[in-house]
Amino acid sequence: MTEETKAPAAPAERPSRPFGERSGGDRPRFGAGGGGGRSGPGGPPRGEGGRKFFRRKKVCKFCTEKIADINYKDYRLLGQFVAESGKIVPRRLTGVCSPHQHRLASAIKQARNIALLPFAGRAS
Amino acid sequence: MNRTYELMFIVRPDMADEDLDKLVANLESTVTSAGGTVKSVDRMGKRRLAYIVHKFREGIYILMTVEGAGTVVHELERRLRVTEQVIKFITVRVDEEQKRLDKIKKLRDARKKVSAQPAPTAEEAPAPTPTEAPPVDAPAASV
Repeated sequence: MTEETKAPAAPAERPSRPFGERSGGDRPRFGAGGGGGRSGPGGPPRGEGGRKFFRRKKVCKFCTEKIADINYKDYRLLGQFVAESGKIVPRRLTGVCSPHQHRLASAIKQARNIALLPFAGRAS
Repeated sequence: MNRTYELMFIVRPDMADEDLDKLVANLESTVTSAGGTVKSVDRMGKRRLAYIVHKFREGIYILMTVEGAGTVVHELERRLRVTEQVIKFITVRVDEEQKRLDKIKKLRDARKKVSAQPAPTAEEAPAPTPTEAPPVDAPAASV
């Protein structure tokens, strides 16, 4: 089985490589190595070109400021992590770490329940 | 099984102070009769609600900290539900969270002590050099 799967794969690769290198004879075997090499050098430039802008690494506010207590009563703090629509801002936007986001989310939900934060829209 | 609960509730904004006192006293007596203890009652005052509750735009917030078993909370919540003036309430168990916070605080204090101990020794080492340095600087300044 394994040989069978390999066999079709090799012919499939071979035609594609001579296309690029335009050479015959022993080249296909070389091409197998060169193909790997081609993708290697080709990779880094693509990676650099894709992201030119340096993005500052976001850090968790609660970790850096050492806020241990995320309480539902502290609606001013929680309000920083609620969008204008009233939604909880996702972690990928705020940079809050996973354990803190978990506590934050539950605290926001408690605060909503006691009318400290709105369920939807800005606080009236 | 003693647990600590935080009970926050909102009463309608047009409630008189005397009525509020009566209500709080009533709740306290229910807690004690159910076998719990009231640790603190904090009147947070009138605040604008984030959304309209029972056609009210604002309400008086009251925070009670209660110690006792779950039956105390059960009875309290039943009372609050029956009371017309109370428009919203929430009960949160806080003892476990407090335990966690105490643990973190203890850890931080311990770390502070550890970092504080080497600090004096580190200060002692460079201390002689500054004391030596001024005499060198002083003649230079005088000359």
